[in-house]
Amino acid sequence: MGVLVTTTINGDTVEFACDPHESLLDVLRNRLGLSGAKEGCGTGDCGSCSVQVDGRVVCSCLMLGVEAEGREIETVEGLSTGTELHPLQTKFLEHAALQCGVCTPGFLMAAKALLEKNPDPTEEEIRFGLAGNLCRCTGYDKIVRAVQDAAKVMRG
Amino acid sequence: MAASENATAVPSADGNMAHPFEDAPNHVTPTVVHDPILTKTDFKSVGTRPLRPDGLDKVTGRARYGADFNLPGQLVGLVLRSPHAHAKIKKIDTSKAEKLAGVKAVITAADLPDHTAGDQSMYDILENCMARGIAKYDGHAVAAVAAVDAPTARAALKLIKVDYEILPHVTDVDEAVKPNAPLVNPKMFTEGVEPKPKKASNIAKRTEFGHGDVDAGFKDADVIVERSFRTEQTHQGYIEPHACVASVSPDGTGELWVCTQGHFVYRNHCAMLLGMEVSKLRVTSSEIGGGFGGKTHVWAEPVALALSRKANRPVKLTMSRDEVFRASGPTSATSIDVRIGAKKDGTIVAADATLRFSGGPYYGMWAELGAMTAFACYDLKNVRTVGYEVLVNRPKTAAYRAPSAPMAAFAVESVVDELAHKIGMNEVDFRIKNAAKQGTRASYGPVYGPIGIGATLEAAKKHPHMSAPLGKNQGRGMACGFWFNFGGQTCTDINVGPDGSVTLTVGTVDVGGSRASIALCVAEELGVPYEQVKCIVADTGTLGHNDMTDGSRGTFSSSMAGIFAARNAITVLRERAAKMWEISVDDVTWEDGHAKAVGEKYGNLTPLSLKEIAAAAGNTGGPVAGHSEIVADGAGVSFATHIADVEVDPETGRSKIVRYTVIQDAGKAVHPTYVEGQYQGGAAQGIGWALNEEYIYGKNGRLQNPGFLDYRIPVCSDLPMIDTQILEIPNPNHPYGVRGVGETSIVPPLAAIANAMSNAFGVRMTHVPMSPPRVLKALEAARKG
Repeated sequence: MGVLVTTTINGDTVEFACDPHESLLDVLRNRLGLSGAKEGCGTGDCGSCSVQVDGRVVCSCLMLGVEAEGREIETVEGLSTGTELHPLQTKFLEHAALQCGVCTPGFLMAAKALLEKNPDPTEEEIRFGLAGNLCRCTGYDKIVRAVQDAAKVMRG
Repeated sequence: MAASENATAVPSADGNMAHPFEDAPNHVTPTVVHDPILTKTDFKSVGTRPLRPDGLDKVTGRARYGADFNLPGQLVGLVLRSPHAHAKIKKIDTSKAEKLAGVKAVITAADLPDHTAGDQSMYDILENCMARGIAKYDGHAVAAVAAVDAPTARAALKLIKVDYEILPHVTDVDEAVKPNAPLVNPKMFTEGVEPKPKKASNIAKRTEFGHGDVDAGFKDADVIVERSFRTEQTHQGYIEPHACVASVSPDGTGELWVCTQGHFVYRNHCAMLLGMEVSKLRVTSSEIGGGFGGKTHVWAEPVALALSRKANRPVKLTMSRDEVFRASGPTSATSIDVRIGAKKDGTIVAADATLRFSGGPYYGMWAELGAMTAFACYDLKNVRTVGYEVLVNRPKTAAYRAPSAPMAAFAVESVVDELAHKIGMNEVDFRIKNAAKQGTRASYGPVYGPIGIGATLEAAKKHPHMSAPLGKNQGRGMACGFWFNFGGQTCTDINVGPDGSVTLTVGTVDVGGSRASIALCVAEELGVPYEQVKCIVADTGTLGHNDMTDGSRGTFSSSMAGIFAARNAITVLRERAAKMWEISVDDVTWEDGHAKAVGEKYGNLTPLSLKEIAAAAGNTGGPVAGHSEIVADGAGVSFATHIADVEVDPETGRSKIVRYTVIQDAGKAVHPTYVEGQYQGGAAQGIGWALNEEYIYGKNGRLQNPGFLDYRIPVCSDLPMIDTQILEIPNPNHPYGVRGVGETSIVPPLAAIANAMSNAFGVRMTHVPMSPPRVLKALEAARKG
């Protein structure tokens, strides 16, 4: 039956029970009510389920819920502080870096991980840094510009 | 009639199409060609770039898409699919699955009795949702279960025993038209040929368009280029798989939460297939995670409703990505022959094309759309196009962004380029010389009003991209594209709140910012700030029928209806102001969001704001509202010219787009940033189609690449920035001059990139996608001479 897991999600200690075969994505969406991460493929090819685990960007569909034990998970729901948006969120809105928006949570988490590692990326570094996330609406132009602009704001 | 894709497309007098995908009766705009309803060219709100009302929810994870909704007591639905391309279903034994603990319903076609009353297109949809005796493609649904959780539902699927008798299959469009090809439907006799064939075939229909004397035209030609082309099947590739939650009560009423491009049409189709009254099924459209035409068709929804009806519990049904590829509605694979002749001075004297488009196992209108769009960019005296709808054992073709136009343009624009070079003319000048203009009789029949093809070509000629230096192994190509744009049935409400804020209720699903664009138009008409207008998409119980968001009609038609509803509300507001002032309504005008009394005797009356009139509404006649129900005719045809720079690695055949420019007429860009987004997104999809994407079927008729790893859509590192240039040639049939902008951008890339490769290496690519193996083979063949 269910395995008890204790983890940290968006700064809060969270306990849940899940089946051993259940993905972290299913746990987030179906057990914890965190539906910001999306299932676009279930095979790690589209990145719309991207979350950060101990600072690393991970496809939550490829990680088991039980593997969250003792880890620090960050999801799109934890990106803003109170009512204040993260600069990436603000710039995605301002640049219209989303059309349908279903890939946006994944892109935001991947971009956050990228900028934490490399605060001043070139366009090419941004493009390769986000190459694990599929967007079918925008052609990526406005996403890259939003990330460039957010990086500038975050560098101060 | 109800539905659908089988309705014949009817161009109106100004080149627009009556809606071919929905249950609107076909209509032709009568004799008035350009009744100038364009009333405004000077704007305050329209043309600005505010944030969209749904944006915050989408960057915080709050927005609810198809799979983000749940109901109490909800079951998990799963579908059993045929592993065979073509097989007779001799028997389905569901008894073991039904006995499994936690299984609440198992259904087969027997649970979906035929309510289509002789409507063949609806019957095809019914059969496509659940095979009736014969599975017609790999992935065709044959049964479905609803269980308490996903593991139980998966176990139940394994317990269903289907006894198949495998039948011969055909998946290739050229193989399917051969005389001895296996028949996909033994009852299909080609329509549109005289006399009616006595032998069944895989050609469902022949259509022909054109005018003049093509054979005589070719006799006048100094140069003729003739080539054959193939394009492989592609998928819209929306990131959100199909998902819905269905709930049917024993009293026969139902609710459906679903990601769709048209919840009213889904309602109509589902109600018919389930034998329900339309008014008893309430459908709510979720936020939609991409559609591009792929969410215009029901697949899982009637199944989910039937499962819910049988289980008497809500059922959530989501497709996996594998199911999306195998069993939703990709676009056609095609085979196209094009022949064009011109005089040495660059005048095209004759143009001819034969187009074969696969439609899956069912009758479609895909070749017809290809035949209509093929030569739409040009002013031709002698033109003929013939389309053949071809049945194959692949999923039922659905619309994909400007459906059928990209393949036709790939073939035609490749030949146009080659012809220009053979004559010794610059390819842009050659196109300018032959471009359609106002008054041109389009190859598909109607006469054009004001159009933008010439302007996009002139802009391309002047664009800095055109003269920028190229690097090693790089080539530059250009191509043009056309799309009709649709209008159709639209219903919109405006409700003014007691505080003067405005709720704008539309019935067209927002796929990329249309709530902002429509609100901008209504704010403009009311004379109030954009922030004062909140646009929402209503469920089917709230508004009259709305056609889908397809055919680039969302912003065009709902902004038109919104503007008319605003005018309706303004009439009410003027009446209320007149009551407050106790003067005649004839002495009240509406300016800048205020009622103003006209005439010297009222000169001292202070204008009343919307807010003040709304606050007094309880004493002047009740709530203030405006409504509009229209068929939005006159969508205004759309043209684009694209420029592509491609770099090819001669060792591997791998291609990369290094610079890309889109120039397109928007009529009036309501929200220019979102217009740019449509241009860029369509170009990116076209680039993926041109270079990588294709359905690959094995000899066994099974799809070999049903996933994003092997069906490779462009990723961020594959693309450059995509430059855009918006031209504005007002559409005279919209109050603000708006044209649809969503689709044309996918039309030119295939040919633009093929032309770039030809210019770089002298290699004419005639098979899309131009994937590395194909390019390498062509380069090697060229090297050998």
